[in-house]
Amino acid sequence: MSTSTKTAASAAARSTGRSAAPARYSERVRAERRLGWLLAGPAFVVMLAVTAYPILQAAYDSLFNYRLTAPGERSFVGLGNYGVILTDDLFWRDLGVTVLITVVTVLVELVLGFALALVMHKALKSVRGLLRTAILVPYGIITVVSAFAWFYAFDINSGYVNNWFGWLPGIDQDLNWFADTGTALFVIIASEIWKTTPFISLLLLAGLAQVPDELNEAALVDGATWWERMRRVILPNMKAAIMVAVLFRALDAFRIFDNVFIMTGGAYGTEVLSLLAYRTSIGRLEIGLGSAVSVVLFICVLLICFIAIKLFKVDLAGARGGKS
Amino acid sequence: MKTSAGRERAIWAAIAILVLLYALFPVASIFATSFKQPSDLTSGKFLPTEWVTDNYEQILVGNAQGLFLSALWNSVGIALIATFIAVVLATLCAYAIARLDFPGKRLVLTTALAVSIFPVISIVTPLFNLWRSIGLYDTWPGLIIPYLSLTLPISIWTLAAFFRQIPWELEQAAQVDGATTWQAFRKAIVPLAAPGVFTTAIIAFFIAWNDFVYGISLTSTEAARPVPAALAFFTGASQFEAPTGAISAAAIIVTIPVVLLVVLFQRQIVSGLTQGAVKG
Repeated sequence: MSTSTKTAASAAARSTGRSAAPARYSERVRAERRLGWLLAGPAFVVMLAVTAYPILQAAYDSLFNYRLTAPGERSFVGLGNYGVILTDDLFWRDLGVTVLITVVTVLVELVLGFALALVMHKALKSVRGLLRTAILVPYGIITVVSAFAWFYAFDINSGYVNNWFGWLPGIDQDLNWFADTGTALFVIIASEIWKTTPFISLLLLAGLAQVPDELNEAALVDGATWWERMRRVILPNMKAAIMVAVLFRALDAFRIFDNVFIMTGGAYGTEVLSLLAYRTSIGRLEIGLGSAVSVVLFICVLLICFIAIKLFKVDLAGARGGKS
Repeated sequence: MKTSAGRERAIWAAIAILVLLYALFPVASIFATSFKQPSDLTSGKFLPTEWVTDNYEQILVGNAQGLFLSALWNSVGIALIATFIAVVLATLCAYAIARLDFPGKRLVLTTALAVSIFPVISIVTPLFNLWRSIGLYDTWPGLIIPYLSLTLPISIWTLAAFFRQIPWELEQAAQVDGATTWQAFRKAIVPLAAPGVFTTAIIAFFIAWNDFVYGISLTSTEAARPVPAALAFFTGASQFEAPTGAISAAAIIVTIPVVLLVVLFQRQIVSGLTQGAVKG
């Protein structure tokens, strides 16, 4: 092999990265590729093993009528389980509750998270550390602990909220927050918002840091008001960060489980899809039907992702540092 | 001039108090509850009438000791091991992504992203079934393995972002001096990368520490049940007493490591989360 073809091949390898057969690459390029997969391979395989394998197994199990308590009666039902789910009112109600929680939490968190991000961004040096530390407490705290904290504060027996806010119309000593869909969802959503707003505000903080200072200063010199700068300079430059933050939180909120499980266990019309899947497969040991719910939930998440990427052009890979 | 600076400081003090109230009030609430006597729980007041440590005694040395301490031990052990494995695998993987040219790099990153948005509950049913048949149900490895689905993707993303900012010329310099790629990695880069790896470990630990779905689904006894799951199944000192006090005390104890890590490493955690997030 002549030197010129060798350099041409390795140049081609660098520019296209994959097209030709490995044998034609230089020794150095091949060694680098081998090392690359040697280092990245284990993590890649583990990730696939702990998610791709189970979800395929779930897809397979969902085609059977299969109860763990009666394994001998396992029978193939095709898409029957999906038919059962999609014609069940309970599924649609749970889906509605899940979507409601997702939409409300993401909207509130976007506003609250942006305010917190602005505070952290602009804060005087003397309080910056303190503010960031405080904001990280809800981020790091266990969701179940957050759920109990909010639950005990509102609970009719151990709570003090009824006592404190008795002057508000609709709140009195006998208000049982967890015996009504609306009030129970209010507390569930409050706990969810408290716990996860720090995450969204840190994503937005990173976006704020990327807004070029010169633009902001130029607008200031031109006499733009705070609101004008926000709307014309800062927000447009943060669009990518906002989109990513919203998508990530939406996907996370859609999987909500812990808060609902602790506070109501899904009673009084507060059940969400994750809880339905849990109750069906782990609670009632209906592996076939539970797997079908799991697969439907997975498809919902894929759909949200697909819509965000296709419709709103959210570049997840680019925004998450994936440019390489 | 002086007054406007003073005004600015006053405004910031007010904002700081508001943020502190927001961030810490629920913690303060459960903290206060954890010091209440059983008879005091229904007082309808925020603070206990009399501060007592009965609840802490109950879970640390009393009759709920077995339940709580074994769960604490499970949580610490399982979360640390899952964090350790994830960080080791992610360090190797992120180094390859940040540094080497190989086909499929994007595939690895996309997979990590896909795994991180995966609904945990979707894979818990098949795991529950499989773990029962191969004997991993209610064991430490039975939780550590699925925890990797939580800790590994975020570790890869965060570390890849960190590693992109390392001055890699140092590695080339070492290679020019005759070091192999592996030696250059170990001697020149590891010391520079260590802070990023450490920060990633904290973030991964938070996530493993927080898990609830795997914890309640894949365990059934004190052999492997972690604290969040144990809290959900706590019963009171007697069958007729709500376990409110004991749960609150346990909740405060498992919050201590979180608060400590946050106070000590606030700067690193913020930079880790923001770098892993939005940096092109």
